[in-house]
Amino acid sequence: MKYEVVMGLETHAELDTESKLFCGCSTKFGSEPNTQTCPVCLGLPGVLPVMNKKAFEHSLKASLALNCEISNFTNFDRKSYYYPDLPKNYQVSQNYFNIGNNGYVDIVVKGKEKRIGIHNVHLEEEAGKLVHPEASGANYSLVDFNRAGVPLLEIVTQPDMRSVEEVESYMQTLRNILLYIGVSDCKMQEGSLRFEASVSLREQGANFFGKRVEIKNLNSMKAVLKAIAYEISRQSDLLDKGEDVLMETRLWDDIDSVSRRMRSKEEAHDYRYFPEPDLVPVWIDQEWIDETRTAIPELPVSKRQRFVNEYTISDYDAGILTEDRLLADYFEECVKMAQDSPKELSNWIINDVLRELNERKTSVQDFAIPPKMLVELIKIKPTIGNSIAKDVFIEMINTGKTATSIVIEKNLTQMDDVSELNDIVARVIEENPKAADDYSQGKKNALTFLIGQTMKITRGKANPKILTEIFEERLSAGSK
Amino acid sequence: MDIGIKEIEHIANLSRITLTVEEKNTFAKQLTNILGYIEKLNELDTDEVQPMAYATSLKNVFREDKLKSSFSRQEILELSPSSTNGFFKVPKVIE
Repeated sequence: MKYEVVMGLETHAELDTESKLFCGCSTKFGSEPNTQTCPVCLGLPGVLPVMNKKAFEHSLKASLALNCEISNFTNFDRKSYYYPDLPKNYQVSQNYFNIGNNGYVDIVVKGKEKRIGIHNVHLEEEAGKLVHPEASGANYSLVDFNRAGVPLLEIVTQPDMRSVEEVESYMQTLRNILLYIGVSDCKMQEGSLRFEASVSLREQGANFFGKRVEIKNLNSMKAVLKAIAYEISRQSDLLDKGEDVLMETRLWDDIDSVSRRMRSKEEAHDYRYFPEPDLVPVWIDQEWIDETRTAIPELPVSKRQRFVNEYTISDYDAGILTEDRLLADYFEECVKMAQDSPKELSNWIINDVLRELNERKTSVQDFAIPPKMLVELIKIKPTIGNSIAKDVFIEMINTGKTATSIVIEKNLTQMDDVSELNDIVARVIEENPKAADDYSQGKKNALTFLIGQTMKITRGKANPKILTEIFEERLSAGSK
Repeated sequence: MDIGIKEIEHIANLSRITLTVEEKNTFAKQLTNILGYIEKLNELDTDEVQPMAYATSLKNVFREDKLKSSFSRQEILELSPSSTNGFFKVPKVIE
């Protein structure tokens, strides 16, 4: 492509608190409309907002995790505009003194690390939710203010992303960080995590930026990726034809997979920011910063690197295991107990545990098999064989019993007594002379059939390795 | 600093008010006078003075993250000109 793509992302994350930013109303999602409001979050005259300490601490923690410089003086500003989802006609936000500035996030794309600059991190309040009746001809909209006043963190990047892959990696990395430090549940389907992208193109090697287009209404990471790919091709078509890209805001329509120009307001935004007189400023001293820093756990990128080094598993596997902090903890606990076989444990967790978690729509902390029980299964696996171990695993989830008790109860220990197996093999050969003959003649797949028959008799317990040896010995000897 | 008709129209629009031609002229003249008066303050040397945004010296006032009961929906909705099915009803918003 002859153009270089320049992209930045604005992220809004609802902070995980019980109560709203300035009042005691609940932040719970999905309640009946307007049941979580009060005069403060509705902006009635004469009320006094008071800052939620946890929301502020979450913001500080996120700013530190995103490697920001922390302002020791921060305050809050009123951003004025009229929109029916904004009960006060202004939003309390930060404009002049953000909590965090000049940070960065390291992402990995195709095995290469890249640093994405964070312009600033600031705390603000959510707006309410507008509902547009579907009935055609309805000449009204509906407003639910349950969400109004929920604490919202805005994270703004520098225009540092150059490809769709980088945007994808940034979104995932950021989401993982926010989940790791426990400041947001990041549920995109509930709107707790939202992205807005800005995209511009320029000739390769140019040292100026092209006209920037902002894209809104992106409700999933997939939608973000589709929308920016669409925007890149739209802009490069325009430039190819020698036309100008308009600086504008476009809304993504995920159903039709197109973006449309947002009806632009005739007048440029004029937010008239000024310090919110009802709130007092916040001074952040070094002690507070240090204290918060110690509460930040090992973050996904370094954990992933450590897993590769310490447990010699692949970077890909380490990536899957560290995507969820609790899953990473589960893995490490298993390895610590087993004192061994991190590779095998990692395979079991990635293939079997994750599959069952997805199918059963549960999370690792509610999973029926705690690390101790999984380790026990791996330990006794050599005596039951791989395929029975997989059945026992499922049985453990369904019954909550340990691997050992299931194996004893169902008498599942692998048969590896050679003389016992010899007798059974003799019987199978006798009952299936055609297949035995075929194998002697060199038809290799006849053996699969014969082993299958033996497994039927032994209910899968025969040791397949010993079985193969016996068949080979008997039938090749017989053919001589 | 002169406030012209254009600025007056911009401010009126931001404030969602409609002004007659005479009113625009009056306010332009009045605002120009007011700003001119305040302009006098610029004669003071404030290089050594910290900007002040707050009248008190209070800082770091927080509340704990505790739930309080919200107001009843009926009580809240009754304050608005129009509501339906538990929602506030507003003129159609088109994006």
